[in-house]
Amino acid sequence: MIEVKGLSKRYGDVLAVDDLSFTVEPGHVTGFLGPNGAGKSTTMRAIVGLDRPTAGAVTIDGAKYSHDRAPLTHVGALLEAKAVHPGRSAYNHLLFLAQSNGIDRRRIDETLAMVGLDSVAKKRTKTFSLGMGQRLGIACAMLGNPRVLLLDEPVNGLDPEGIIWVRNLLKALAAEGRAILVSSHLMAEMALTADHLIVIGRGRLIADTTVSEFVAQASNKAVLVRTPDAGALAAALQSRGATVTQSDDGALHVLGLEAAAIGQAAADTTVVLHELTPQRASLEEAFMELTRDSVEYHAGAAPTSVPGVSTYEGA
Amino acid sequence: MSTVAAAQSPTPAPAAHPIGLMGQFPRVVRSEWTKLRTVRSTVWTLLATLIVCIGLPVLISFAIISQQRNHPGPDFDAAGFSLFGVFLGQLIVGALGVLVISAEYSTGTIRATLTASPQRVVVFVAKVLTFAVVIAVVAFITTFSAFFLVQAVLGTHGLGVSLGQGTSLRMVIGGALYLTIVGILGLGIGAIVRHSAAGISTVLALLFVLPILANFLPQSWQEHVVKYLPGQAGQAIFQRHADAVTLAPWTGLAVFFGYAVLALVLGAALLVRRDA
Repeated sequence: MIEVKGLSKRYGDVLAVDDLSFTVEPGHVTGFLGPNGAGKSTTMRAIVGLDRPTAGAVTIDGAKYSHDRAPLTHVGALLEAKAVHPGRSAYNHLLFLAQSNGIDRRRIDETLAMVGLDSVAKKRTKTFSLGMGQRLGIACAMLGNPRVLLLDEPVNGLDPEGIIWVRNLLKALAAEGRAILVSSHLMAEMALTADHLIVIGRGRLIADTTVSEFVAQASNKAVLVRTPDAGALAAALQSRGATVTQSDDGALHVLGLEAAAIGQAAADTTVVLHELTPQRASLEEAFMELTRDSVEYHAGAAPTSVPGVSTYEGA
Repeated sequence: MSTVAAAQSPTPAPAAHPIGLMGQFPRVVRSEWTKLRTVRSTVWTLLATLIVCIGLPVLISFAIISQQRNHPGPDFDAAGFSLFGVFLGQLIVGALGVLVISAEYSTGTIRATLTASPQRVVVFVAKVLTFAVVIAVVAFITTFSAFFLVQAVLGTHGLGVSLGQGTSLRMVIGGALYLTIVGILGLGIGAIVRHSAAGISTVLALLFVLPILANFLPQSWQEHVVKYLPGQAGQAIFQRHADAVTLAPWTGLAVFFGYAVLALVLGAALLVRRDA
């Protein structure tokens, strides 16, 4: 179990992590989600003591990482792909890690076989592809057979086969009772892998929830309405407090009123409805919605509404 | 290749009995030794040190004995002559010292290292000790081989000296110690600057540029300053005689060692303080 309490990390003027608290429970894959620059990597580096927190503390199974003299047997971390000397072989990279933690040499062959690198174990890592580098990183993390795993963007650079492999591996490891924290900026990937979500933006906690709750919470409850008399209905809905926008094809997007209330409003103003569809936000949309204000680098002035939808000016 | 292999890994092991510093230190030393020997550049660099420090004086001693008419006079320093490869060898050894730690930063290995052993001072001490022993072994092989080979060549014309003669032994041992200290000075500077090119430049500046700059000091200052410069202080150990502008041999070596220790302490303090 990882417990992050009030963690803050400042680099000069930049507050990369801001009073962040969360817990990663054993037996689950916890997705660590946020836009680029949200502070995910900084948090993970602070968990394993590479970065010294400005404030707050992290404990793993109740103990401080920096006090552990054989931490690889308790915590495995993949923090960046190819954090290896390009002139050293995969085997020798794992060898020095194993020696420093008193891990049996046989475990090196086991983990290399597990990630599918046994045939290139003696090759220097400069010949490795990004995907092979990720597999080596996962081997490093699994070397000490730890109860807690931290993986920063483990599927980066992997082919689809590799992505599915990582996904299944993480689920299987969690099922064995390990605590797993895996970061990503891809919501869709997290939806397939994680049970639990920690969402951060600009270093702050945005959500600490399950995947299904997250979608429900973030979906904006928009309702799509089609009617031949858009002007009249829009006026009626606006008078009841709704925000109405109209897209190019004439459909109305209604925010702030439930489908039932919209139907009632249509009946009261005797407008015919052709369609009345509550919209479920997709996972990706829910993520965008939640983190919109906390994205570090916007692509210019990004429109907040879907392209092709213009604000309805009234009848 | 991509079957779900998790089942192969045993269920998480229960927390092992925690080990103390005494249990950890040999492990970290073994790990550092593995790191040192498993990159080819270490092996090549040490080989280059041997070739330069032994090959150069041997070649030139052949040149000396072949010049029948130009034999050196009675003042010829045969022991010192066999050690002049050390002047070039120190460049290689100093650079290797820097690279031993700066390459960890440039490749990202340092994060693997410090994640595996969060006790940074333990890692640093293990790294310094491992490297110092390796360099010392190579340096002693180098200076003793250079001495014996060169004296053998010079001896064919009666120019050689024996190890027991005069200050020979002190100079040969001193040359090896000097090289070793250059190596750990490099390591200390590498830990401070964390960058290969900057680290190597700094070592070069300390050993070669400082004495040149000192030439611009007023004459009356020079004799008091120059002998305390790192290179000048350290090189006193393989000079035949101490004179007014050099420190006594062992005093000089101690001063030089002091600089190296200073760099190591500063490097260790920064390693502990800074984010990796």
